[in-house]
Amino acid sequence: MMLKIENLHAGIDGKEILKGINLEVSAGQVHAIMGPNGSGKSTMSNVLVGHPSYQVTEGSVTFKGKNLLDMPAEDRSHEGLFMSFQYPVEIPGVSMTNFMRTAINEKRKYLGLQPMAPTDFLKLIKEKRDLVKLDAKFMNRSVNEGFSGGEKKRNEIFQMAMLEPSLSILDETDSGLDIDALRIVADGVNRLKSPETAVIVITHYQRLLDYIKPDIVHVLYQGRIIKTAGPELALELEERGYDWVIKEFEDSQK
Amino acid sequence: MKSAQNYINLFKENRALVDNGSAGVLNSLRDSALSCLEQYGLPHNGLEEYLHTDVSKWFEPDWGMNLARLDMPVDFAQAFKCSVPNLSTQLYFLANDTFASSDTAAKNLLPEGVIAGSLKEAAVEHPELVAGFYGKLADMEKPGIAAFNTLFAQDGFILYVPDCVVIEKPLQLITLLSSKVDLMVNRRILVVLGRDAQAKLLLCDHALAANQHLTTQVVEIFAGSGSTFELYDLEETHYANRRTSELYVNQEANSNVEIDYVTLHNGQTRNTVFSTFAGRGSNLSLNGIATIDKEQHVDNMTFADHRVSDCTSNELFKYVLDDSASGSFAGKVLVRHGAQHTESQQTNRNICLTRQARMFTQPQLEIYADDVKCSHGATVGQLDENAMFYMRQRGIPEDEARMMLMQAFVGEVIGHVSLEPLRDRLNRLVEKRFRGELSQCEGCRACR
Repeated sequence: MMLKIENLHAGIDGKEILKGINLEVSAGQVHAIMGPNGSGKSTMSNVLVGHPSYQVTEGSVTFKGKNLLDMPAEDRSHEGLFMSFQYPVEIPGVSMTNFMRTAINEKRKYLGLQPMAPTDFLKLIKEKRDLVKLDAKFMNRSVNEGFSGGEKKRNEIFQMAMLEPSLSILDETDSGLDIDALRIVADGVNRLKSPETAVIVITHYQRLLDYIKPDIVHVLYQGRIIKTAGPELALELEERGYDWVIKEFEDSQK
Repeated sequence: MKSAQNYINLFKENRALVDNGSAGVLNSLRDSALSCLEQYGLPHNGLEEYLHTDVSKWFEPDWGMNLARLDMPVDFAQAFKCSVPNLSTQLYFLANDTFASSDTAAKNLLPEGVIAGSLKEAAVEHPELVAGFYGKLADMEKPGIAAFNTLFAQDGFILYVPDCVVIEKPLQLITLLSSKVDLMVNRRILVVLGRDAQAKLLLCDHALAANQHLTTQVVEIFAGSGSTFELYDLEETHYANRRTSELYVNQEANSNVEIDYVTLHNGQTRNTVFSTFAGRGSNLSLNGIATIDKEQHVDNMTFADHRVSDCTSNELFKYVLDDSASGSFAGKVLVRHGAQHTESQQTNRNICLTRQARMFTQPQLEIYADDVKCSHGATVGQLDENAMFYMRQRGIPEDEARMMLMQAFVGEVIGHVSLEPLRDRLNRLVEKRFRGELSQCEGCRACR
């Protein structure tokens, strides 16, 4: 088991948003988490990657056998957890190259390795850029500054490719993407998939799931996972909306 | 007023000593300096321009001055602990406020007609030339430092570049505060560029001894028509240091002047810039960085006087304040009647890293012409939390992320520095500063 979430309760500013999440993700799997607005999807991903604004009040998360909740955000990253941001942040004055070099070498330091040789680093950048068709000129620019919406999302997948995480959380990666950009991003994610890695796709729409095929689909509602099924569930949600799942859940609670 | 009086008495009692240690041209302004100081006194925080920095308080201790021009040996080797390579300059030294030495071959390497070196010596050798410029810009008829400095200054540095002469190699003046006792230092710098002349001057202000120092510095810059001049004023002293500097620059037509202040390490600092656009088509780039912590204080005040049309002034000042540091920036741009097509941009951005850090900022525009492009902006904030988390998610530890963000913040100002090798050095120096590796001045890191 790569990731095991048990009875996770968490919130922000004293307001509980996640009310007992249980989820297990194994290597090689793709999980989709869907749900209406405000159901807690983004909270869940932010809590997993250790955003300091969120507080965990109950439950546990084990990642590759270690207690994830005990680790600072950077160590979670070093351990192989990655999140593609819904709104990638612009960092004026920090070049992409410098940013990536620091990230890679900090991870190597954590793993007890020497910094990567500059030539190897440049080779790696070239290889991973090609994967998401990101032009070389972006490497000298400040992180995400002056990038279009699509370029920002491609840049997220580029960083994912560079850091080679074991578990990637794609938080609404499809928002703001046109169909071509969506294809490039999904293609990048698919090429990074392996029997050793896993992906959690958080999305409102079926659209992205046409390109990144999930093995398991969950519906998140009011801070709880109320339904889990195979990929056919995503199609059904696209067709019928969430109401029937919610009703089914509410009936079962009576 | 009380503290000024002590120095007025001191001057009256020691006038002969002051004059003997200096030169006729410098001595000739002491009478008017004396009456101005008697009339206006030292600047204090009852004045709007000095609201956040009570300079007069700095003068309250009974400072000693080296009026007798006693030889104060300075270990220049100490100035070269710096390991940042690649900046080749023509070197000059001021030990406290006395011109000390220069590269032995310096004179031979400079183009014909250039004067660079001791202000006192130049005033003896070329009295008419120096008299034509010395004290002509510094305004003593106000509470300020000009009168005080003119009263006591005995030496300093002069750079005179005749018409059409270009000095390619940057000149570097290293001022070393090094005394076995607490000392006040009165330093004077005069820069004259003829028509179409070009030069670059790097001032490095260092304190080698841990004693208390108070520096008054007055810089006068005459930029002839079509001339180009870059001045870099880098302070890397320590907590026991107080410095007040007044710079006056007068720009003739089509001249280009760049002035960059970098306060890497200090105690208390006040820098004031008075810039006058006297000829059309001239440009001023005026920038500043302050990286301060503990109880350090930096106050930069600028005044750009657009008297004629078609000139531009661009100002960018950025401060990073840690611990209980305090900073102030006040910038005034005056566009006089008839100064059409003035373009002026003034920006001051600041980051307070703690709740105790304090920043005061006051941009001002005063415009009497109708066809101008002028803007200003000021912000005081914290490091971007979203950027910080983004970096941490990618595996960059919090401290490192903070460092990179601070570096990027002041990096924008460093990007405005024209002298490329200096830019690299400044980037490295700022990084060291943020990493706490410049805990005190250990010599001239910008040099050698």
